[in-house]
Amino acid sequence: MNPYNYLYVSGLLFTIGAVGVVLRRNAIVVFMCVELMLNAANLSLVTFSRVNGTLDGQVVAFFTMVVAACEVVVGLAIIVTIYRSRRSASVDDASLLKR
Amino acid sequence: MLTIQTPETVMFWILAPLCVLAALGMLLVKKAVHSALLLAWVMITLAIFYIAQDALFLGIVQIVVYTGAVMMLFLFILMLVGVDASDSLTETIPGLRAIAITAALGFGGLLVSLIGRATLGHDAYGLTAANAEGNVQALAHLLFSTYVWPFEVVSALLITAALGAMVLAHHQRAVPRPTQREQAIARFRGESLGSAAGLPNPGVFARHNAVDVPALLPDGSAAPNSISATLKARGDMLDSSQFELSEVDNTVTEEK
Repeated sequence: MNPYNYLYVSGLLFTIGAVGVVLRRNAIVVFMCVELMLNAANLSLVTFSRVNGTLDGQVVAFFTMVVAACEVVVGLAIIVTIYRSRRSASVDDASLLKR
Repeated sequence: MLTIQTPETVMFWILAPLCVLAALGMLLVKKAVHSALLLAWVMITLAIFYIAQDALFLGIVQIVVYTGAVMMLFLFILMLVGVDASDSLTETIPGLRAIAITAALGFGGLLVSLIGRATLGHDAYGLTAANAEGNVQALAHLLFSTYVWPFEVVSALLITAALGAMVLAHHQRAVPRPTQREQAIARFRGESLGSAAGLPNPGVFARHNAVDVPALLPDGSAAPNSISATLKARGDMLDSSQFELSEVDNTVTEEK
């Protein structure tokens, strides 16, 4: 086995996450799919760090984790705020600007 | 030069399919809670991948931050929001599913074929030299020398995110909270006196003392307003007729 196999897993996870963002309607599930995409990117960063023999990839993956944590905090707060005003967590229902 | 031992190969070929299957399941299951549990599993396998790839610190952080903090936050918000119609998998935009799956197949195929054809120009090095004094120590050296400026920026981002979440979660009442006296007056001055004495409790008249069984009214029908609206919307309501008495005991006569 060579370390590039991890990259295939990473690519598949990223694609699955992207499909989830498009297909699912529950805002929380959409958010979890975004997290999946971030994690897939982290996996390829760690793999490239190993292949190149330097730790810079791991440092960038660490920063990605911090940014993802920030994103989860703010995003979930937005979802809760929308839920409070519109009583729904569906992304289809937040269409006030359309009408 | 990097050599990969047999245990890692075995681990990879067991965990990688499970990981991808769980991610696919995340898309296909109906309930958001099941998606969250599958995502937690994907994150645990990723943590194992990190540890196997000499990224011990990141593996531990992955478990602590993602499966610990982030997934708990997701489950907490899921409990707060509850279950509603947004869980349904029907497509609202016609043709969206076909387009999305075609695009995903194209994108995934492109990624896989690119990774398959690309070469790095050198052999994989491995992290034995970089991790010579320990993974955490080496990471700390990098973090506090080369990457000290991004590190500070990221800390500012964390503080901003915490402040933003507090501002968003802060809830100011538009109208003052009604007092108990005002609520009582509203009940009696309302359209009907039906709920003046409070709504019926669930279960107690149906021989089954549980919150998911509606109370039986004197005429034998179920009292719908004895059940919480959340349980009703979720479909977690039992039929109270199964707890009815088959024959009513009339032998006890009322004492005059």
